[in-house]
Amino acid sequence: MGSTSAENSNNGSAGVGRRDLIKRSAALGLISVPTMSFLSACASSGGDDSGDKAKAGKKTAKNPLAVNDTAQMEFVLFDGGFGKEYAEDAVKIYETNFPKAKVKFSATQKIQSTLQPRFNQGTPPDLIDNSGAEQMDMGVLVGKNQLADLTPLLDAPSYDDPNKKVRDTLRPGIVEMGQFDGDPVWIMYYAYTVYGVWYSQKALDSLDEQYPETWDQMLAVCEKAKKKGMAGWTYAGKYPYYIPFSLYPMIAKVGGVEVLDAIDNLEPNAWKNPAVKACFDAYYELYKKGYVLKGTPGLDHIQSQTAWAQGKALFIPNGSWVENESANVIPKDFDLAVSAPTGIDSSDKMPFGTIWASGGEPFIVPAKAKNTAGGMEQLRIMLSEASSKNFTSKVKSLTAYNGGTDGITLTPGLKSGVAALEKAGDNVVNPRLQDWYVQLQKEQIGVAGLGEMMAGRLTPAEAIKKIQGFADAAAKDSSIKHYKHQ
Amino acid sequence: MQHGKYRFIVGFLALPLGLYALFVVWPFIQSIYYSFTDWTGLSPEFKMVGLDNYRRMLDDEIFWKSLQHSLIFALVLPLVTISLALFFSFMINVGGRKRRGGPVVTGVRGSSFYKIVYFFPQVLSIAIVALLFAFAYNPDSGAINSILRGIGLGSVQPLWLGDPSLALWAVMAVLVWSTVGFFVVLFSAGMASIPADLYEAALLDGAGRASTFFRITLPLLWDTVQSGWVYMGILALGAESFAVVQIMTTGPGGPDYSTTVMVLYVYQKAFRDGQAAYATTIGVALLVVTLAFAALVMRLGRRERLEY
Repeated sequence: MGSTSAENSNNGSAGVGRRDLIKRSAALGLISVPTMSFLSACASSGGDDSGDKAKAGKKTAKNPLAVNDTAQMEFVLFDGGFGKEYAEDAVKIYETNFPKAKVKFSATQKIQSTLQPRFNQGTPPDLIDNSGAEQMDMGVLVGKNQLADLTPLLDAPSYDDPNKKVRDTLRPGIVEMGQFDGDPVWIMYYAYTVYGVWYSQKALDSLDEQYPETWDQMLAVCEKAKKKGMAGWTYAGKYPYYIPFSLYPMIAKVGGVEVLDAIDNLEPNAWKNPAVKACFDAYYELYKKGYVLKGTPGLDHIQSQTAWAQGKALFIPNGSWVENESANVIPKDFDLAVSAPTGIDSSDKMPFGTIWASGGEPFIVPAKAKNTAGGMEQLRIMLSEASSKNFTSKVKSLTAYNGGTDGITLTPGLKSGVAALEKAGDNVVNPRLQDWYVQLQKEQIGVAGLGEMMAGRLTPAEAIKKIQGFADAAAKDSSIKHYKHQ
Repeated sequence: MQHGKYRFIVGFLALPLGLYALFVVWPFIQSIYYSFTDWTGLSPEFKMVGLDNYRRMLDDEIFWKSLQHSLIFALVLPLVTISLALFFSFMINVGGRKRRGGPVVTGVRGSSFYKIVYFFPQVLSIAIVALLFAFAYNPDSGAINSILRGIGLGSVQPLWLGDPSLALWAVMAVLVWSTVGFFVVLFSAGMASIPADLYEAALLDGAGRASTFFRITLPLLWDTVQSGWVYMGILALGAESFAVVQIMTTGPGGPDYSTTVMVLYVYQKAFRDGQAAYATTIGVALLVVTLAFAALVMRLGRRERLEY
């Protein structure tokens, strides 16, 4: 027969040539260009938001938000480090208060994949804990008018005391954090997180050291630890955006809170402030002197926390969730403690104790929800003293409710966090980059900037230059919404 | 008998073509349409913005990085995987020395065992493979660095996924590991259909392993190799590269964007940043790249087919 090419074989002879088969399989393979068809599938013409809203109920002293006591209320919770039990307990209270109302409660880790299509269809649930790795971008939700203003909730009487507004029972800064531009409050942060330097008091005691207040003392402590075969620091190397938990408040302590505000506002040359350079230099010195646990840039947050809990490193920058998250690797006699970050020296603008603390677990009520009053009422229940105590004792974290720790035994880390907050007093800072500009904070400043610097691949000066470039680009980018400190 | 033939064919094809149009063609058209809007993916409202997304894409440094990485994936992965698979399957099926009383064409000793070993990674889902290797690459306690320490190379402790110059290669090595077995089986099947007398003749003429491979096996296997090449390239541009990069190099795609690939970037823009329209724009770019890749391989691979 000799040889023949595929082109010749299609005159007359039946069947599919191998070349055709390849072409078809290539075409089929293209279907796997995965997200395209999926994305389209979830776009829709969208429902209009009028019509099927639940009618308002009767406004009474017990029902200040005028919840319709027969309407269904749907609540979707992020099932993360805090679990779902605390929310289920609060739902039970709602059901007791409104026995005729049906409550649909669900918990998921996949917030965005579950809820994105429902936002697109205009049928979102009434209350959402928008948290976790699949958190929906708040800036976009606010910008597209998808969220309800929570001001009625804040101005309603609190669950425990009819003479007090909900607003007055919250920790300082919580309401402001839920605002973006102007007065409306779009987000209710339920948990209250203390960020800082976490360590084992026992390990520190074994070195005969106190927690260092100046950087020279910090280096001395690390040197001592190194001689005992222990690294000074470790951090989540694959997620270097944990470093700011101690670095940002340090910048505020050294240069004043205005430096951080300028950074948040994406002002030109905000990162070129000498305080930033001083703090970057200080952290870089940890790397230079070999005080960072070997291999740290390749560890993720769990791996670095585990190494730290095993005593391979003394300090780790983290948030107060670490106590719950690492509960099964932290030894019983670890004596977990948190401290406000170490400063440079006595010329720092703010006192030692300046700490980053802010709201966590953002709850939202969608504007297009059928029963917005019900969603807010559920939040009002959760912000009662009893529910707040329930949360704190179950998941070892504070809530937005100011107080609520009396009468329950606090775990070591939580106790140390409360003490750190007391010591800080008014010197609590709240950098907003991580909720205003997620990509800038995590990928660009975190991974491409700080991560590279702490791995020794950038000098502090280079890191600052790079980060300033990212910040300038973000300031110019019209596809993201920009915010300013009020 | 010719009349009514087309009606007959159309009757049979209408349903599958309709389904294809609805579930394959229509989503493509929709995605392209969305790439001209400012749709966020978080609200049903959007308006047309013309070519804005495309202009933005051309200025987007990370897009170019992801394109570059995707191209490396599409070129290097098939090359390495298919060369390895060809070598392995040749050794398993043809490369053995003639043993007394055995067939003329045979694989190396223990070849049936190797076949199973090579195919084994195929039974693991890519997600599991990626997780396993993420642990193995752990610079502190992972298997690879532990082995290095064990054999006295304690001073060589790379950061693997934490090192921007290594991360991409480390990720690609995992994909090679997990897909090479499939091609070993594919090529083995192809080699089984090559008549043994061709090999016998070559052996009688005194051909060594290398010339047997390049003069007989490869030319007769060419079509299979080519389709394998296209298949592997599409995997490397699409689903598989996404899975390993997303799972192994947590964060934005490796340190300093060193492993960001196009599919990952599409995912991040759509499901993290609330920029679904921009994501579809990158998706369109990915479509173009994939089509160009397939066309190129078809074009370059065209040659006379041997029949036997």
